[in-house]
Amino acid sequence: MTTFWFIVIAFLWTGYFVLEGFDFGVGALMPLLSRSDAERRQVIGTIGPVWDGNEVWVITAVGAMFAAFPAWYSGLLSGFYLPMFLIVVGLIVRGVGLEWRGKVRSGRERALCDAGIVTGSVLTAFLWGAVFGNLLYGSAFATVLGGVLSLSVAILHGAVFVALKTTGPVRARARRAALFTSAAAVPAGIVALPAVPGSAMDVPSWSASPWLWACALLAMAALAAGVTLVWRRREGWAFTATALSIALTTAALFGALWPAPLPGLTLAEAASAPYTMTMLTWIGLIALPGVLAYQGWTYWVFRKRLTVDSAAH
Amino acid sequence: MDALDLARWQFGVTTVYHFLFVPLTIGLGVFVAGLQTAWHRTGKDHYLTLTKFFGKLFLINFAMGVVTGIVQEFQFGMNWSEYSTFVGDVFGAPLALEALLAFFLESTFLGLWIFGWDRLPKRIHLAAIWAAVIGSNLSAYFILAANAWMKHPVGYEVVGGRARMNDLWAVLTNSTALAQIPHVVAASFVVAGGFVLAVSGYRILRERGVGLTGRRVPATAETGGEATVPLRRRTDMWRTSLRGALVMTALAGVVVAGTGDLSGQLLREQQPMKLAAAEGLTRDTEGAGFSIVPGVEVPGLLSLLAAHDPGATVQGVDDIQRRYAEQFGPADYTPNLPVVFWSFRVMIGFGMATVGLSVLGLWLTRKRRGRAGRRSGSAVTPVPSWFARACVLALPLPTAAIIAGWLLSEIGRQPWTVQGELLTAASVSPGVGLTEVAISLTVFTVLYGLLALAEAVLLVRHVKAGPELPPAPRDPALAAADPDAARLTPTLMY
Repeated sequence: MTTFWFIVIAFLWTGYFVLEGFDFGVGALMPLLSRSDAERRQVIGTIGPVWDGNEVWVITAVGAMFAAFPAWYSGLLSGFYLPMFLIVVGLIVRGVGLEWRGKVRSGRERALCDAGIVTGSVLTAFLWGAVFGNLLYGSAFATVLGGVLSLSVAILHGAVFVALKTTGPVRARARRAALFTSAAAVPAGIVALPAVPGSAMDVPSWSASPWLWACALLAMAALAAGVTLVWRRREGWAFTATALSIALTTAALFGALWPAPLPGLTLAEAASAPYTMTMLTWIGLIALPGVLAYQGWTYWVFRKRLTVDSAAH
Repeated sequence: MDALDLARWQFGVTTVYHFLFVPLTIGLGVFVAGLQTAWHRTGKDHYLTLTKFFGKLFLINFAMGVVTGIVQEFQFGMNWSEYSTFVGDVFGAPLALEALLAFFLESTFLGLWIFGWDRLPKRIHLAAIWAAVIGSNLSAYFILAANAWMKHPVGYEVVGGRARMNDLWAVLTNSTALAQIPHVVAASFVVAGGFVLAVSGYRILRERGVGLTGRRVPATAETGGEATVPLRRRTDMWRTSLRGALVMTALAGVVVAGTGDLSGQLLREQQPMKLAAAEGLTRDTEGAGFSIVPGVEVPGLLSLLAAHDPGATVQGVDDIQRRYAEQFGPADYTPNLPVVFWSFRVMIGFGMATVGLSVLGLWLTRKRRGRAGRRSGSAVTPVPSWFARACVLALPLPTAAIIAGWLLSEIGRQPWTVQGELLTAASVSPGVGLTEVAISLTVFTVLYGLLALAEAVLLVRHVKAGPELPPAPRDPALAAADPDAARLTPTLMY
């Protein structure tokens, strides 16, 4: 049951990084991809209906950690106090910026909202990678490298998403931005990803795990494939590849965190009672398919590419 | 001043602030969904105009509820790691369920509603707002069930220094929760009702060209429709939203009073200290009286409220303190008495004033029957301008009441985080220093202050500007036949 819930939590984090990953990227790139207010609305319009739902993945992931592994939850959040505080601040300024930019009156106020969106997106995307990089190695280099990897991959992922969801000049700019970002994302991936399974070396059970290495190497391959597919203008497949790369990276990360997600704390020590986990499992098994279905349906409803005109109102 | 004090201040500041927005989200969401349902069923234009107008106010406010809610979830772990480790097994479960069952529903369907005006069939689009609203209300259920457990822990045993859940059903049907949930949700409807009353009252005055002080102000024409839609139809529209809010506030007021009474009786058994502090009762007393304000006491009323028996014994602060010291060891088990005492009175006084206002309004705007109705030529009573003004001035009352209710509930719980199990002093994160908490407390306070100001400006501006009215007076029958009516006012778009 402990392992099962660890996998559930890893799955929720994976969903979060894949979905909110492109939200962050779109938010960070927004001023670079647009030359006019109409284009800006076109860029923001790609994530408008979905970003809030995407953000619920992290609320669910953290809530599930709280319920299933209370000591992991409290250790991670109090141990990384200032980064977590900055992440929350980033999510706040980003959230109100996204919600309010269509409701303010002047260009100056809208610019303030946009500043919130960009700052919040960049800050949060960087910090998640930094926190997990620090967790694996504890060195300043690993912290910065983790942050650079998560930020650059998020921007790449977001650029591919905009290219996939728009038409016209914005689409062309998004493609160029994706290729440009890969100059940072690919080297960061080459250095950082093989280090992820390496960090688990001191834990005997995983020292020789081929699965962890497979995840890390396939994540690298998917990243490279994503860049190639953008180059060849296959945006749908490119998005699949970057999404897969993020998912595999998260899988490798959580594989490396098993069975000791924090220094000096094992999952068995952190776990809630079997009763709690059993109850949550039943409710989760009933509810999660429904959640996936209606969230998937939302993406289906808004599947059409956005033109400048369609985003104009 | 140490990290514990600052962590408590931070929790207080961020929670009260979060709670400024959430009740309005809960109540106003239902109101907007109701308006859209009315439009769907009758096809009348003014319901659509109202849906979009109040929908926009709802969304401005919704953003704040969401982003300040994330702080709450992270804060338990960041500042209260000992508490989180102790209670996570029980307390974490409703939080996880809240995210899975309520937040996904709320945020996903709200996204569909905002962007789905042209893309979804009308019926599905209506269902989307209802799904989002159900999500908001479900989230209130789960978070209040978690909160109720802190006051009256059930369905658990303490093993190895941690609370272990052994009955989820008991946690979700905690007697404290079942009294508290309808109380808080109904109070949220009162808050939203008061908000709609103030907005509608303001708009009525504005349409009549009267200012808040009664002096004439030039009628405005920022929106194109105003010149073409006759005054009578515009004031009738605001009368509709005003009447809707009056009904909502009055009905919710009945539920608030009934469940508040229930909560009071539970307090006597479960949290006697809070009840004693709320009255400032020092000694165990038979037939305890109730001070309306200090010096004005109604004999036997507290016993009557708490036990439905004017002669019943109510425990006093000093005697409970002595018993707790014997039971749990020497310490101060008394909460901040003046704060608890006065929040109790502000909650009841301001809450009742709001509900009273709504009952008065229902009577003033009642349908005229018989001779009076025939004489005025219409069954519709116009809303008196003085009443519209009173609605605007009453805006802070329900929010002050519901915040006071929280202060009573949570400060009255001190010094416990979990009644009888865990003290607040033992709940704080041991590894988080004074500087870190000082930084986060300062930034949250400043940021929240600025955002509150921005939200207030946005709300006031949109209320002043008024709704975007259809460009020409439309025959209701014609409007119903024209599905494109929905596209006239895309005010909810980004």
